[in-house]
Amino acid sequence: MKRIVDFLKRISLICFCLGLVGCVSIPTGFLKPNEGYLQNRELQMRQYDTTDQGKIMTSVAGVLQDLGFTLDASETDVGFVAASKKADATNAGQVFFMALLGGRRAVEQCDSAQVVKVSVITKPSLDSKKTVVRVTFQRIVWNKINQINRVETLADPMIYQKFYDSLSKSIFLEAQKI
Amino acid sequence: MKTHVRYLCVMLIFVFMVAALSGCATPSIRALEMNESQVKLRSMQTRAFDTTDKKLMMQTVISTMQDLDFVIDKADFTLGSVTGSKFLGQAVVTMTVTVRSRGEKQLLVRINAQYGVKSVEDPVTYQDFFTSLEKAMFLTAQQVD
Repeated sequence: MKRIVDFLKRISLICFCLGLVGCVSIPTGFLKPNEGYLQNRELQMRQYDTTDQGKIMTSVAGVLQDLGFTLDASETDVGFVAASKKADATNAGQVFFMALLGGRRAVEQCDSAQVVKVSVITKPSLDSKKTVVRVTFQRIVWNKINQINRVETLADPMIYQKFYDSLSKSIFLEAQKI
Repeated sequence: MKTHVRYLCVMLIFVFMVAALSGCATPSIRALEMNESQVKLRSMQTRAFDTTDKKLMMQTVISTMQDLDFVIDKADFTLGSVTGSKFLGQAVVTMTVTVRSRGEKQLLVRINAQYGVKSVEDPVTYQDFFTSLEKAMFLTAQQVD
């Protein structure tokens, strides 16, 4: 009996060691679109009745600036713009609950700051008569002790709606040369 | 008592052995490390498409990456490169796609993906991307020798 227990102890120790030094395996299938990608596409894409990509690009850059983003990279030949913006992520409700549950230590884990990253791509539609604009928003959230709390793609329709409302206005303003 | 000490020693040696076997090369060596043979890696990362429209190909690549929740960080038309990143659990996946012409009638698309600090060397993962790209381009991705 004692030998079996000894054996089990050894085995568990080996497993523990292997676990400590062992490899984190790379998950598979992460380059496969998930089920909701068509809905996302609908949310993130709009078509404009023009073939002038340059005009759309200028308007996109203008809107991003209007919304307080800083342009990070762009490539006009492909119709691409990337921008980012730092913002406050403090949620009073979350802070209150964490304080109630765990005191000061827990409050440090609360969301504190965030960087919102946006990338926009414009391309001609399939029939080449319109221009398709697609935008994606992602955000990185830090807690009060500067650790990354979470990273996510924003799926809130309001954000996309606001962006496209501003873009439509901006394209109109560009057309009117205001 | 004596047996205990001996037991401890044996176990310690064992732990060190495991650590050494699965252990680390120095970072300077790892910078240029490649696990798979270069040819094999290239063939799983590369496909040819029957089109010469580089701009459309790049735009479709970007759109496909956006379908996969990537945020595009950089793009360069001259180099034909697109770089994007996405977050998967606790790790960052970064991906670079390069588009260049192959002969008169074809475009060559190559993708490199990294998961955290490791490069992805699984053919199925790359094939998933090309399958999506094929659908978006309405063209067939051809294996390159």
